Amino acid sequence: MSSSSPPLAGVPPRAVPAGPPGPTGKPAIKDNYLNADYGWKSWLFTVDHKRIAILYLLSVTFFFFVGGAFAVLMRLELATPEGDLVQAETYNKLFTMHGVMMVFFFLLPSVPAVLGNFLVPLMIGAKDLAFPRLNLLSWYIYTIGGLFSLFAVVSGGVDTGWTFYAPYSSTYSNTHVIATALGVFISGFSSILTGLNFLVTIHKMRAPGMTWFRLPLFIWAHYATSIIMLLGTPVIAITIVLLALERLFQIGFFDAKLGGDPVLFQHLFWFYSHPAVYIMILPAMGVISEIIAAFSKKRIFGYSFVAFSSLAIAILGFLVWGHHMFVSGQSVYAGLIFSFLSMVVAVPSAVKTFNWTATLFKGSIQLDTPMLYALGFLGLFTIGGLTGLYLATLAVDVHVHDTYFVVAHFHYVMVGGVVMAYLGGLHYWWPKMFGRMYPEFLARIAAVVVFVGFNLTFFPQFLVGYQGMPRRYHEYVEEFQVLNVLSSAGASILGLGYLLPMIYLTWSLYYGRKVGPNPWGAKGLEWEQAGSPPTTFNFERTPLVTEEAYAYPDARPQITARAGHGGRHE
Amino acid sequence: MSEHSGPLAHHFDDLEQQHEAAELGTWALLVTEVLFFGGLFAGYAVYRHQYPAAFARASDSLNVQMGGWNTAILLGSSVSMVLAVHAARLGKSRALGLWLLATIALGSAFLGVKYFEYEHKWHDHLIPGPNFQFQGVPGGHEQLFFGFYFAMTGMHAFHMLIGLGLLVWLSRRAFRGDFSAQHHPWIEMVGLYWHFVDLVWIFLFPLLYLIGRHA
Repeated sequence: MSSSSPPLAGVPPRAVPAGPPGPTGKPAIKDNYLNADYGWKSWLFTVDHKRIAILYLLSVTFFFFVGGAFAVLMRLELATPEGDLVQAETYNKLFTMHGVMMVFFFLLPSVPAVLGNFLVPLMIGAKDLAFPRLNLLSWYIYTIGGLFSLFAVVSGGVDTGWTFYAPYSSTYSNTHVIATALGVFISGFSSILTGLNFLVTIHKMRAPGMTWFRLPLFIWAHYATSIIMLLGTPVIAITIVLLALERLFQIGFFDAKLGGDPVLFQHLFWFYSHPAVYIMILPAMGVISEIIAAFSKKRIFGYSFVAFSSLAIAILGFLVWGHHMFVSGQSVYAGLIFSFLSMVVAVPSAVKTFNWTATLFKGSIQLDTPMLYALGFLGLFTIGGLTGLYLATLAVDVHVHDTYFVVAHFHYVMVGGVVMAYLGGLHYWWPKMFGRMYPEFLARIAAVVVFVGFNLTFFPQFLVGYQGMPRRYHEYVEEFQVLNVLSSAGASILGLGYLLPMIYLTWSLYYGRKVGPNPWGAKGLEWEQAGSPPTTFNFERTPLVTEEAYAYPDARPQITARAGHGGRHE
Repeated sequence: MSEHSGPLAHHFDDLEQQHEAAELGTWALLVTEVLFFGGLFAGYAVYRHQYPAAFARASDSLNVQMGGWNTAILLGSSVSMVLAVHAARLGKSRALGLWLLATIALGSAFLGVKYFEYEHKWHDHLIPGPNFQFQGVPGGHEQLFFGFYFAMTGMHAFHMLIGLGLLVWLSRRAFRGDFSAQHHPWIEMVGLYWHFVDLVWIFLFPLLYLIGRHA
């Protein structure tokens, strides 16, 4: 098992400077960012990107389980064809709040705000993100936005679906639309600030020798993500403003009764919300690149292709939003073009998937927990991506639009993709974040439980959706019961699979085996040059980068990527 | 946590890197702002195309004189902002403070004129909502025009308020002597922001007041 392998040769043992004497006279040990300071103030006013990542970890986990609780109630209701557990109105609120919590407050910030925040400066050899105080502000904004939306639930809920389609949301719904949407609006600024911080950091803060083509692919993925965050998020912000104005003053931006056009809302909404899917999946893909390289002990096959495919996804992702409106009265010609472009955007995703698979070839593969999640990602993301092509096909989409087929498709991408990658990344960097190893055996079992539970939950939904079961109903005809019971049973297994890591990861904070700087023997500045956990300013001295990313010793000669020139001030 | 020694923040290597980061960050923020206003412009374009006659009628009823004066005032404030940045680069703190004050005065004058314009609209029942009337007729697609008019100019005015707040803060710091020729990062950032807000108005004025005018 690699977790017991010694750190790579050549890694200098980290000096542990004795801190200044504490107030009690004993020298206080201040050798990492966790024990550098104590007390709630040192956390709530911190500007250390690593501590802010931990704050995000706590908030994101909270919203994940809130969103999960709504899903549990939905799957319970759907275990029987009759609407016997909750009323239709309650069910509408359940799927709305599940979507709002999961999309805006878990999936969007999960990988970038937790893992990205922690790792971007470490991976490029910087002391912190470019704007540390802005980083802290973004956490506050995010948390306030999340609590704001949660408040809407406690005070009665909202029933529009997470898409807030007008004019139902602006004119007819009698629920707390504005409060919920305002929470989404607020948290959008957190996303913008995070993207801005990553963009500037990656441009300006790279260590000497860390050229663009020596960057880990995790960084390329986050760079592409930050572009989408900056260009997409303001559009959802103004859309929510218009929605609120219509609801408050009956202006008629979107309500056909007042002269507006509901499809304009859908255009504006999906102009953000489709690229937002790539805000979720791109950082997850970055995680997968890191894990596959580390546990195959190989350089990622076709490094520059994988790097540029991230940028291609970021750009093409902005040109496909119309595939959400094939049946909304959008012009046929627009539909044709959006259908074509939606298929084109699958190409860079496929490039990544093939290159990861090729990386495994003749690698020395170790099946530790992070790798189990990464392999799970490969399979599930492939299914999610390929069914996306079905949906991009105009005629097929007419048949399966608004059915469980669509629900299953995006859960394969979002849950089978993003959540698997997030959990894999969390396990992979857990020893870096806290200096302690999680229990490997239990973690492998949990990874398998998640994989099995996930497939049992969502694969039946493809079938039941193809047979014609529409989404967003609390009751259904009896023929669909077998598949729905399977799905509900799978959901309970999946829920267990998510609870397990929360329990043993928390346990490992106190009782986990202490590890050195590089327990996986992985390449990368965060493993080779920083301690576990790292010090407050990450590195003893600014690292000098002299080799490609993933420069694992390989029997065959390396095909080196084109080396970019220039250093940090480029 | 942050131990600042002089103007250089702890996580940068040198001032040049710090300035470059701040400048790139400002530009990135402005790109975001372009997309933010872009949603409004897109919506306006769609409905102007859909209801050309109603939009032309509603546009005709705007006060071009007030809009024109405001355009001149705002352009003037951009000039004084440029001069403020110039003074900052030369390290002339007092001139910097005075030019910032001039910018504040012109920006406030703009908002003052805007206030009177809004007040006229209020009197003429041109605020969208149940009481909306255009030339005595309730409803109508003119309401949509005024919806965009208030959303766009309101959002623009809101950005100006943020800018004015920043300018007040900077002018105080300028008179206190916080800035030097080598280090005055906020001045350039706020300058870029102020010019951006002006630029939005340069698009708003013809779109709302001038296009398709025939009165």
